[in-house]
Amino acid sequence: MSDLLRRYGATLTGAFVLLTGFWLLALVILPNVSLFEQSFRPYLPFTEIGGPRDTYSFKNYGTFAFNPIETTFFGFDVTMPIHIKAFLDTILYSALVTLFCLMLAYPLAYYLAKVASPQSLPTLLLLLFIPLWVSEALRAFAWYVILTFNGPLNALLTGIGLIDRGIRWQQGVLTNYDAIVVVLVYCYVLFMLLPIYTAIQSLDRNQIEAAEDLGSPWWRTHLRVVIPHSKPGIASGCVMVFMLSAGSLLVPTVVGSTSALWFPQSIYTWFNDAQDWQTGAAFSMIFLLLCIVFVILMMRLFRVKLSDIAK
Amino acid sequence: MSAEIQLDDVCCDFGSFRAVDHVSVTVKAGEFFSFLGPSGCGKTTILRMISGFTDPSSGVIRIGGKDVRGLRPNQRPTALIFQNLALFPLMPVWENIAFGLEVRGIDKAKRRARADELLKLVDLPGAGDKMVAQLSGGQKQRVAIARALAVEPQVMLLDEPLSALDLKLRQNMRAELRAIQKRTGVTFIFITHDQGEALAMSDRVGVMSQGRLQQVADPRDIYNNPANGFVAGFVGENNTFTGSIGAAADGYASFATPHGTFRARLGQGAKTGTSKLYVRPEHTNLAPSAAAENSVPVTVGDVSFEGAFIAVSGTSDAGAHLTAEIRNDGSATVPAPGSRLFMTFDPARAAILPDHDKAQGA
Repeated sequence: MSDLLRRYGATLTGAFVLLTGFWLLALVILPNVSLFEQSFRPYLPFTEIGGPRDTYSFKNYGTFAFNPIETTFFGFDVTMPIHIKAFLDTILYSALVTLFCLMLAYPLAYYLAKVASPQSLPTLLLLLFIPLWVSEALRAFAWYVILTFNGPLNALLTGIGLIDRGIRWQQGVLTNYDAIVVVLVYCYVLFMLLPIYTAIQSLDRNQIEAAEDLGSPWWRTHLRVVIPHSKPGIASGCVMVFMLSAGSLLVPTVVGSTSALWFPQSIYTWFNDAQDWQTGAAFSMIFLLLCIVFVILMMRLFRVKLSDIAK
Repeated sequence: MSAEIQLDDVCCDFGSFRAVDHVSVTVKAGEFFSFLGPSGCGKTTILRMISGFTDPSSGVIRIGGKDVRGLRPNQRPTALIFQNLALFPLMPVWENIAFGLEVRGIDKAKRRARADELLKLVDLPGAGDKMVAQLSGGQKQRVAIARALAVEPQVMLLDEPLSALDLKLRQNMRAELRAIQKRTGVTFIFITHDQGEALAMSDRVGVMSQGRLQQVADPRDIYNNPANGFVAGFVGENNTFTGSIGAAADGYASFATPHGTFRARLGQGAKTGTSKLYVRPEHTNLAPSAAAENSVPVTVGDVSFEGAFIAVSGTSDAGAHLTAEIRNDGSATVPAPGSRLFMTFDPARAAILPDHDKAQGA
């Protein structure tokens, strides 16, 4: 703080503090507090707001566990509330998206950080970033076009004779969520790539050579030297991709099949279609809380400290 | 187990830059061999070619008689100690040392036992569970040596591993490295730009400049009989005279300079125009009157007291700056600045040498 003052003077420092404070308070803390407060109130006609029926209760949270349906989860036939099913699917497929992103991004990050020649690096990074110049909505619609029944993917595959007739990709081949997973991976893989790239870049090349010199095959060098070193990058990439995927509304809405329900879509339905902000707020709170719990559990499992991610 | 290393007409090019230029040398099994040279002379490239991280552009490298072209570093019986040591900071000391054994699939109890054994060998018993960051510079050095020894290499390659240590520690580690080498009998190839290090530790030294091996000899020969001007200049101090070679007989020749005509040993390949006369300051004597040969009248300039010796610098009448070192044992009188004296030298202690060996056309 005193360092800031000395460097930028009172006016600029004041502006920094005020702007940061405004951002935190008005754009992060207050909306969340108000959402939290709303989530305990009943859904009432406008005239009754503030009236005798407007009392706090956990009723909205209870809605999460209503409406049991018969469904399959992990191949088992189960009866469970539709919202819990949507929640579990969202967590499961977001975790899958995270895993695929990691499998794609780690080798690429390693290649960029340690193998690619410094001359070709700017070009390669540019090529990776060009898709980010286009908005997420357009990218999702581009995939909608690619995956559609009369679209280019089916045309290509039937054209080269790999399949006889078109596949309904958006309905899913393996699960109802195929298209969502593919497009989410495409949209968020760079959020995995960059932190891992930065982490691997900071690894001294001599460490890799020392391992190899001691007789280590490439996979063991990665397992024992490169991955432990880049663990903070991997962890922050995973948390970022997981939270972005689980919270994505646009991608599942555009490319999702009719039988796939992404949890943010249920929240959206409560807010927008039902105009029931109170239940929507309760669902948001549940989702936020459970996602945080899931991330903490995963961090425990892989022995990642919070300070690693903050690096 | 130790192996002989043969470099047979090895070149290494980086683009249009020739880092190593037709180097041929054989390092004997069990020998402590140093490559000595200024930075950028190609010595590190030689080390990386032996360990397998860089491929020679031409020529053959043999380890224990076997051509190692095409073998990856993890397939060669060499262990490299990096300049910055490259210890693994996220593993405790014992896992660092046992990493090479882990790679070879040896079980954990045996690995731990071997690591503890090696820690004793490098005089660090009980440090196995520490983290690398908790060690001092000298201790890290020892761990790096233990880690390299753990894989029982036939050849140890050391890339200026002492350069990061302070002076006292560096001198201790010299003796230590030498002792470890004698104890294990492994061939050591040591890279350094520090002539003192190379001379004190090595069985033989190869002096390099601009990618070319200038001379390979034991430390005494390197110092006393340098093959050319580069070796003489890089290893130790010299008084240098420019001139032309005159009549030669029995390995001696006369050498005419603006400061007088001298007589000195005639080095191999010395020719007028590309040769100079070199005399070490400690072989240059001070005399009140001219000697029968090889004496230069000088005016004494600076007299500096260096502890073990006193350096007397003088300027000849033709303007050459010369230095004589006299031992600080009270046997000689220290001249006063400004006095007139003669600097003399024994023809057997002076040599007419060609300049350094460069690539043809360079």
